[in-house]
Amino acid sequence: MIKFEEVSKTYPGGQQALSKVDFHVEQGEMAFLTGHSGAGKSTLLKLISLMERPNVGRVLINGHDLGKVKRKQVAYIRRDIGMIFQSHQLLMGKSVFDNVALPLIIEGHTRKTIFKRVDAALEMVGLRDKTKSLPITLSGGEQQRVGIARAVVNRPPLLLADEPTGNLDPKLSMEIIRLFEDFNSAGVSVFIATHDLGLIARMKYRTLTLKGGRMITDGLSQQGGWS
Amino acid sequence: MSLLFRGRQQASSHKVSVMQRFFMFFADHFRQGINSLGELYRMPFASLMTIGVLGFSITLPSTLYIMVENTEQVTEQWQQASEISLFLRSDVNDTQAQQLIGRLSSWNEINSVKFVSSQQGLEEFQRLSGLGEALDYLDENPFPPVVLVIPTSKHASPKAAADLLDKLRKEREVDIGKLDIEWLERLYGLLSIAKELVYLLSTLLFFAVVLIIGNTIRLNILSKRDEILVMKLVGATDAFIQRPFLYTGFWFGLLGGLMAWVTVTCILIWIGWSLDAFMQQYQIQLDITGLNIQALVFMLLLSVFLGLLGSFLSVQKHVDEIEPK
Ligand SMILES: Nc1ncnc2c1ncn2[C@@H]1O[C@H](COP(=O)(O)OP(=O)(O)OP(=O)(O)O)[C@@H](O)[C@H]1O
Ligand SMILES: [Mg+2]
Repeated sequence: MIKFEEVSKTYPGGQQALSKVDFHVEQGEMAFLTGHSGAGKSTLLKLISLMERPNVGRVLINGHDLGKVKRKQVAYIRRDIGMIFQSHQLLMGKSVFDNVALPLIIEGHTRKTIFKRVDAALEMVGLRDKTKSLPITLSGGEQQRVGIARAVVNRPPLLLADEPTGNLDPKLSMEIIRLFEDFNSAGVSVFIATHDLGLIARMKYRTLTLKGGRMITDGLSQQGGWS
Repeated sequence: MSLLFRGRQQASSHKVSVMQRFFMFFADHFRQGINSLGELYRMPFASLMTIGVLGFSITLPSTLYIMVENTEQVTEQWQQASEISLFLRSDVNDTQAQQLIGRLSSWNEINSVKFVSSQQGLEEFQRLSGLGEALDYLDENPFPPVVLVIPTSKHASPKAAADLLDKLRKEREVDIGKLDIEWLERLYGLLSIAKELVYLLSTLLFFAVVLIIGNTIRLNILSKRDEILVMKLVGATDAFIQRPFLYTGFWFGLLGGLMAWVTVTCILIWIGWSLDAFMQQYQIQLDITGLNIQALVFMLLLSVFLGLLGSFLSVQKHVDEIEPK
């Protein structure tokens, strides 16, 4: 599903964020990406969502080389990837409903479909009673969940999450992870970047570890650890 | 269609009839258009300023254009009524003059003939010049008898009238014949220069309008930067993001055009009043042809075009520049 081939990324300032990263996350797999702050986790996800392009190497999704994607096609690629962001990236002036409906409106769904799917997505993250609220009036955790609802509302085959449990308490974090597990068992490939080693330790998922831009371990969480 | 996942269900692959799709397209555009209008309403002051700039920039050339057009029409009237003055030889007496008039009346190029005897000429000059009694001291009446010839409308064009003049000059009693259309030709020259100036001025103003609208839209785009970033992140195309701004440009154009129409109409009514008084003195019939439906439609189309062009140029450049990093 996600394949990196000898990928290096150097930012314009000369900061080497990733060097020779090589891995493959299979279709239908759920995997974690971890590493210290500044290790390059967000950068790696940005290469998948085409917010950045690699300097060297290839990134492939479902066998398609992202290097061949033209500027005009980027929008369509992003519709296939559900993304959850470290900073929630919600429209602060729009209601929860409008935020979650955005990907569907962009794709041009009928009103009926939009209402049905937004409702289902909000139900899933437990925010059905907040449909009309503005995101500013929600707690950090609730905002995060709005972001998750928006990411899954158009049922993408691939879900990327950057620090989805960043400001949630352990109990809520676990709930969110359970949610991802549900999506995963419905066939969605899930790739989650997180600091939260305690959370990873409690589960037996494949964990990729970055250190200073290099992939140092790629295996089950028991063997993992970058400290 | 999904680029990465063959066969993935998306909006376009759902079973929606052509009719339904067609209807949705218009419903979407209508809703977005109304939304953009609502956006203008929420910032009334800024919107009014932009609409005002657009309105006045169209008012000025439109008014000038209408003035030039009308002047042209009036002068055409004058030229149609062109008059040929025949100054008769001073030894021609009134009876001979009447005989000439009798002959001329039968010419089919001539509509009417009027005789001004030397005595009448003197009296009229006395009256108009205000010299009054001073002229009584002249030994001799210096005014020759004059015959005023009005050609039929068919022979009133400059060329035909000139031919007629040549023919009239051959009459025995005629000393000098004059067809005074030179000043008209000069006026025409001036009018065509005025027209060129109006075109030039319009072009410059329209150019300025496009820049101003472009800049206003640019500010709108920048103030929505965060929103645009989010939309791009969840897969909005540039075209989708640009659309509301294009609608804003459209509304600026339409409202600016309507405003220009109202101002031009007011200006014309006002000018009409002062012209009326003036024209009555000269007994010239002048109806200012103001804005008919055609002109209104043209003005609105022009204005909408300028609004759209300004916003189009702006979104092309600035929506592109905002990229999530
Ligand atoms: N836009 C950018 N321009 C220049 N350097 C950047 C940019 N974004 C990230 N970097 C640098 O690249 C390196 C990796 O950053 P990245 O955001 O991928 O780290 P991270 O693993 O996500 O960290 P954190 O856990 O704190 O979110 C850092 O050293 C950072 O300073
Ligand atoms: Mg990060």
